[in-house]
Amino acid sequence: MSRTRRQIYEDKLRRRSLLIAGASSLAVFAAVIILVPLAPGWEKVAKSFFNWSVFQRTFPGLIEAFLQNIMIFAWSAPMIAILGLIIALMRDVRSPVLFPLRIFGAAYTDIFRGLPVILTVYLIGFGIPGLGLPRPWNSPYIWGTVALVLTYSAYVAEIFRGGIDSVHTSQRAAAQSLGLSERDTMRYVILPQAIRRVIPAQMNMLIALQKDVALLSFIGPVEIFRQAGVFKSLMANFTPYVGAAMIFLAVTIPATRYADYLMSRQAKERS
Amino acid sequence: MKTLLLTTVLTFAAGAALAGGHACYEGKTLTEGKLTVATGNPAYYPWVMDDNPASGMGFEAAVAYAVAEEMGIAADDVTWVRTSFDEAIQPGAKNFDVNMQQYSITAEREEMVDFSSPYYSAAMAVLAVGDATSTPAELSALKELKWGAVGSTTAVPKLIETIAPTSQPLLYGDNADVTAAMQAGQIDAALFDLPTALFLSAVMIEGSKIIGQFPAASSETPDQFGMLMEEGSALKECVDAALASLTESGKLAEIEAQWLQDTTGVPLIAE
Repeated sequence: MSRTRRQIYEDKLRRRSLLIAGASSLAVFAAVIILVPLAPGWEKVAKSFFNWSVFQRTFPGLIEAFLQNIMIFAWSAPMIAILGLIIALMRDVRSPVLFPLRIFGAAYTDIFRGLPVILTVYLIGFGIPGLGLPRPWNSPYIWGTVALVLTYSAYVAEIFRGGIDSVHTSQRAAAQSLGLSERDTMRYVILPQAIRRVIPAQMNMLIALQKDVALLSFIGPVEIFRQAGVFKSLMANFTPYVGAAMIFLAVTIPATRYADYLMSRQAKERS
Repeated sequence: MKTLLLTTVLTFAAGAALAGGHACYEGKTLTEGKLTVATGNPAYYPWVMDDNPASGMGFEAAVAYAVAEEMGIAADDVTWVRTSFDEAIQPGAKNFDVNMQQYSITAEREEMVDFSSPYYSAAMAVLAVGDATSTPAELSALKELKWGAVGSTTAVPKLIETIAPTSQPLLYGDNADVTAAMQAGQIDAALFDLPTALFLSAVMIEGSKIIGQFPAASSETPDQFGMLMEEGSALKECVDAALASLTESGKLAEIEAQWLQDTTGVPLIAE
């Protein structure tokens, strides 16, 4: 297929802007790499944040501790999805008899979205076991997980609710005119569309959860953040934190890219 | 030592009038003629009484004033600031001359910051709660307990290397969180320096008991507290000289007896 003059011109423009973008990025990187080490405190910063021997000694321990993060994440995420969906559905009930459910759903999301995660983790992680539960039911893993699930399901519920609301009311009307019950309308007509629409947004919640698992370290579990803190204290060196940051990024960057990809694909489908 | 004592005596005798040119600390402190001492926020009993270091009450507060006096700095010229552990070890300018927060001297920390010669040798003690209070002071019995410790202290390597518990210990951010975990029954025992353990047992945790101690002197890595200073601090020699003469004169032992006297009578742990 022969290209029009316009296409050729646009290609030329595109090549030119790519070239300029590349050159300007390179210049900025070079400036950072050259200028930062010229700062008077660089040597000390390098010694305490980018210390290769400390990094080598602590990195394996950090990876091992990260397994705890993955474990906690793996069992929390499904619970959050289920509870979040239930809360979202509560807030959508239309029968007047069930109005208390709506109140409960609203109060729930208000409370748990309004509290800093760390406060919830502290209050539930130390408070409930303090009531006198026997071991192993007072484990910080259990109650820390409960705190994460409560907080995150509130956010997730709001995203689900947004998805449900985004399905046009005419769909509900159409389903009911076909004779579907309220329940079946939700299950077969509304939810499949709603959930598909909010998947990219929920991916972002997963990424945030992945990082917030570290907050459980405050109530005892030695996950990567606490392990890095232990190394930091013993060696008076911040390099273990840099190591931990790298491990987090190795997981969250691919996940973020994937969420972006899903979102742009969805945007294309809609347009 | 003699010259040192002589200098001290001279400084004492001449008082402020002589502070013109001879004192060791001159030109080496943050503010000329003043000694800026950092403590924790909050600072704990029996290291500092009532979180008020300027009163000179409490072991570390008393040592700070004694060292200042020995260096020829009047009590009025001692100023207090508060720092966290991370602030104390971060690279860059410090906001203190010396930092006293029961920092254990280790070879690894020594690479990043300077320590004075030790002002206290701390024994590590086992604080137990509930049924665990009847555990015999033997390593084999201690292994079976559920352990906790403050993650930023040298109690962590001691716990892992010497006691080597069978279940993974839980680690916390500070004494208050360890206390909360003990009260919630999430851990049986925790490792602290002896004076801290005595305080927690007597005042903070009902039904807790110190079941044994690891003597400071006999352990392979003695836990000795030093004043933390910036790496390469010029003031170190003055502080060390002051501590040496305080040790020589018996003043340091006197202060220790005054504030930490009842740290005896706890059974030693059998290996």
